Amino acid sequence: MQITVNDENKEFPAKTSVSELLKSFDMDERYVAVELNRKIVPRTQFSEKLLVENDILEIVTFVGGG
Amino acid sequence: MSDTVLKLGKYEFKSRLFVGTGKYETLDIMKEALEASGSEVITVAVRRANIEGKPGESLLDYIDKEKYTILPNTAGCFSADEAIRTAFMARELGISDLIKLEVLGDKDTLLPDPVGTLEATEKLVKEGFTVLVYTSDDPIIAKRLEDAGATSVMPAGAPIGSGQGILNPNNIRIILETLSVPVIVDAGVGTASDVTAAMELGCVGVLLNTGIAQAKEPVQMAKAMKLACESGRLAYLSGRIPKKLYANASSPLKDF
Repeated sequence: MQITVNDENKEFPAKTSVSELLKSFDMDERYVAVELNRKIVPRTQFSEKLLVENDILEIVTFVGGG
Repeated sequence: MSDTVLKLGKYEFKSRLFVGTGKYETLDIMKEALEASGSEVITVAVRRANIEGKPGESLLDYIDKEKYTILPNTAGCFSADEAIRTAFMARELGISDLIKLEVLGDKDTLLPDPVGTLEATEKLVKEGFTVLVYTSDDPIIAKRLEDAGATSVMPAGAPIGSGQGILNPNNIRIILETLSVPVIVDAGVGTASDVTAAMELGCVGVLLNTGIAQAKEPVQMAKAMKLACESGRLAYLSGRIPKKLYANASSPLKDF
């Protein structure tokens, strides 16, 4: 299925969870926040939240800034 | 130095110097500079995570969360909506409800958009955030931000990253006289004496980044900023002498 992650089109198997998606990017769950179709996915729901075709994800993290 | 703690909403800090984490040559230098600054509040930005290749080291690996309070900012947001969205994601990143709110109006000056800043402050306060809000040194908008429920109003001494110091101390003085929330100078600080000047005016703290990160010796400059902050605070609490036009001898002028 087609998923948009940070404005890029990506292909994932059906029923991929947010957790699995983060793992595929080598991301540490503790260090990211995820928005699914402009709604925040609480960290506690990462493993149960399953993605569907055409979902739009925004994944952010903390970087250096002032 | 006998001083009260700095209270920002439900948060309390002993150090009055807040430092950013941007523009360091390496994360190791940053870590050492944060340590030398004695700061308890560390500012970070929120950006898209890298989805191409290995994500690399995380900034958070270099910040001891037991020791520091993370203050996420909405730097780089050019509308109230964007800043609000960023604030929510920052909160979800799991640290706290503290947010350094910036709604910028122009890419060259990085001056705040006062209308967007006010709008975002109102909204985030309603949503339960502890809002520390970056603003220009205009006393009227500063007061409006206090009225909107900001926990701290943070006027710029000079444009972000410009290192020009406190360009309009009179405006900062008026802000200090008109507002009752803590006022922190945020941005524009170039060197230690700028920090001291802000603290001597009666600001409760100073937030800076570039002045340390881009100094030739960042760790040493961080220590200088720490001492300057303490020094300015101490001088403020001690009450300076009034300025006079004529001399006033320190030694007795009587004949022997």
